[in-house]
Amino acid sequence: MEVGILAYGGYIPQSRLQRSEIAKAHAWFNPGLKGLAKGERAMANWDEDSVTMAVEAARDCLAGLDRDQVAAVYMASTTFPFVDRQNAGIVADALDLRSNLQTLDFASSQRAGSAALAVALQAAKGGSGPILFTTAEKRKTLAASPLELTSGDGAASFLVGQGKVIARLLGSHTEAVDFVDHFRGENEDYDYSWEERWIRDEGVVKIVPAAIAAVLEASGVKAGDITTFCFPLAARGSAAAVAKKVGIPEGAIADNLQANCGETGTAHSMVMLAQALEGANPGDKILVASFGQGSDALLFEVTDEIKSLPARRGVSGYLNRRYAENNYSKFLAFHDLVKMERGIRAETDKKTGLTTLYRNKDMAQSMIGGECSQCGTVQFPKSRMCVNENCGAIDTQEDYSFAERTSKVNSFTADRLTYSPDPPAYYGMVQFEGGGRLMSDFTDVSPDMEIAVGTPMRMMFRVKDYDNKRNFRRYFWKAAPDGAAKKGE
Amino acid sequence: MASGIKDKVAILGMGCSNFGERWNDNAEDLMIEAYVEALADAGIEKSQIEAAWLATAIEEEHVGKSAVPLSMALRLPNIPVTRVENYCASGSEAFRGAVYAVASGACDIALALGVEKLKDTGYGGLPQRNRGSVNDLFWANASAPGSFAQLASAYSAKHGVNRDDMKRAMAHISVKSHDNGSRNPKAHLRNKIDEDKVMNAPMIAEPLGLFDCCGVSDGSACAIVTTPEIARSLGKKDLITVKALQLSASNGREAQHNSWDGSHFVTTRAAANRAYKEAGITKPRDQVSMFEVHDCFSVTELVTMEDLFISDEGNAVKDVMDGFYDADGKIPCQIDGGLKCFGHPIGASGLRMIYEMYLQMQGRAGDRQRKEEPVFGMTHNLGGFPHQNVCSITIVGKEGA
Repeated sequence: MEVGILAYGGYIPQSRLQRSEIAKAHAWFNPGLKGLAKGERAMANWDEDSVTMAVEAARDCLAGLDRDQVAAVYMASTTFPFVDRQNAGIVADALDLRSNLQTLDFASSQRAGSAALAVALQAAKGGSGPILFTTAEKRKTLAASPLELTSGDGAASFLVGQGKVIARLLGSHTEAVDFVDHFRGENEDYDYSWEERWIRDEGVVKIVPAAIAAVLEASGVKAGDITTFCFPLAARGSAAAVAKKVGIPEGAIADNLQANCGETGTAHSMVMLAQALEGANPGDKILVASFGQGSDALLFEVTDEIKSLPARRGVSGYLNRRYAENNYSKFLAFHDLVKMERGIRAETDKKTGLTTLYRNKDMAQSMIGGECSQCGTVQFPKSRMCVNENCGAIDTQEDYSFAERTSKVNSFTADRLTYSPDPPAYYGMVQFEGGGRLMSDFTDVSPDMEIAVGTPMRMMFRVKDYDNKRNFRRYFWKAAPDGAAKKGE
Repeated sequence: MASGIKDKVAILGMGCSNFGERWNDNAEDLMIEAYVEALADAGIEKSQIEAAWLATAIEEEHVGKSAVPLSMALRLPNIPVTRVENYCASGSEAFRGAVYAVASGACDIALALGVEKLKDTGYGGLPQRNRGSVNDLFWANASAPGSFAQLASAYSAKHGVNRDDMKRAMAHISVKSHDNGSRNPKAHLRNKIDEDKVMNAPMIAEPLGLFDCCGVSDGSACAIVTTPEIARSLGKKDLITVKALQLSASNGREAQHNSWDGSHFVTTRAAANRAYKEAGITKPRDQVSMFEVHDCFSVTELVTMEDLFISDEGNAVKDVMDGFYDADGKIPCQIDGGLKCFGHPIGASGLRMIYEMYLQMQGRAGDRQRKEEPVFGMTHNLGGFPHQNVCSITIVGKEGA
């Protein structure tokens, strides 16, 4: 039975930090940064982390598909918010998947994304049901480091399994080589990197072609027949050097999104694969390779099924959802790279009772409300007694999911008094199509947007509060503008 | 059929501390200041007080829990003392407790005291605090101004009021309260301002600027109540009696049910209807002499004047701009400066409002005394958020009116 990709999804945060602004701040110290000062990098909002981005990519991947069929959730990242609490489990909860599920995290390498996809494809041969794989990265970078300019935040997701695959796996191969081009030790936030020229000449150009050659040979596909070659490295000419060495045509080299996104760490080979699938035609042969203590190479052939895949935003859709951020100080603040006076209001203890959270996690993580079986009123949160004053029935509430429902703004404000890492804090009453409402935090309100009564909103899974004292974070859903007018329009 | 509270209880004495940034005073100092004035005004001995109620809302910032802080501050002789908290309606709740105790015949003389010591946080505005362990999982990161500011967006959308007209009417409300506050020696804010200053002030929560927000103050207010018969026996004349005491709490409709449009207060309408009925008032716009409403924010006052059925729905902007609620207007609103300028020590605020009515009806309000003799005075507190709140309404007036 052939296995492959059943669906794909992507997610790129809407803020794009202009690299010229980073270079402007640091060129006095390192003039070499000017050479990287072109274009923009995707910048996660303060309430986004790898888990929330992975959730968004997974929602995109599952658009129009039945979630009940998902048999496993794999997540890959090197920037997991939790070291001991399964991150894939949080993703599964946010997606409101059943608990009869295999969940697993893949970590510790820039190859974790491609490796997890390879493992998912192998597991899918067992036929247990589709595996949802999602990968995201929010890489921490030191101020004035080249990585700060070349990195970006983002996520991709794939549903992997048997049956109506949109891209069948022709083969995969892994070369495992403990080539340490960079590393991040225990309790360390930032990478320590070795010289770029050595990495290219002794690492990339020697290790990656070996993996590619092996997969081509095993699958009987000629390098010249590759339609699209996805290779994620930001270093200029890397993909071209590899392609040249193995004989992949120059025209097949996929855009590594360095101009408009940046390299999204271990997720990036997968972000590129998701983007490649967006424009792919039946018969296309897509080769994706990665680099990190070796190399994974996976080869796919696109099938006719790709034409029947329900519409999705994809990487391109999210790239188009864009705000050009010129405020580098905001990036520094979001990443705690500058000691900020946050005010006494920021001191409020954000402790979460784990009992409280577990008891209420359907509400808080899956955004499940209630629908009264007696009068049909829907409400959030669910309660023992129906909110409809003309009903008031007890214990008639059935689960009703709000996460995927669109809403409209009923009332709102932009608050400069309450503490927010990104003031003003926007919030307001949103009213859902089909009923129900919530006084909700808003997120992703960019400075160029005009929020008004009636603005359409879409819920997004975000960090609600950071408990910096205990290094915990709690998640909840926030309303994000979904087609707000631009100021002055 | 219950007959209501009308004329069953009279105010025997009242007191109110100076409101403001009382940097060098503890809650105890504020309580004593209000109590000493009230006791002298009542003309009784402490030993005649048979029960007491203490109101504080944010007790963790000053006295801590229970009624013991009041009992200890006043050295009350082991009488029943109860602490109440119901958001910004706390002071009115203490009054309600004392009045009901007297009306029931459980005691002859009861005391209600509200106090709040807020200026120990290190920053302006109300204390940032948690909302309860479950609520913290999903409630928006909302401040008081941000919650009430939303009235403006919903009201403007519903009634087609443009932003500038709304802002201007809100500004007029604040200018009026500053004018009134300037004539009140106990008020926190006594400076006069003009509309341009309000319109151009720094934004706190869109569209509320700094001058759309009331002061956060330290202060205390106290009432001593008894039956009209006992008041007369103690030599009191021209009694001020309680005409109505109503309270209404949200049940989740505003927060969870789409039948509320966000432009008004469901609870205020319910409480106002019952209060007018209890007081026997049939034409409030003609009969109520003055208002002290919960002007925590300018927009709250604007919307509330419709919910109290004084301005027709959608017409408050016009009434405000016509000066209807000014000190020399048809019905003055916040003649003492209101929460805006007298100040808002939460637990004391409801009692402070009644204090002003009491002074005005006795002709004791000094520079701000209303010339037309007031007959009915209505006070209003709104605690919580527009979408989830408690509303208290008290009507006091001349005995027999």
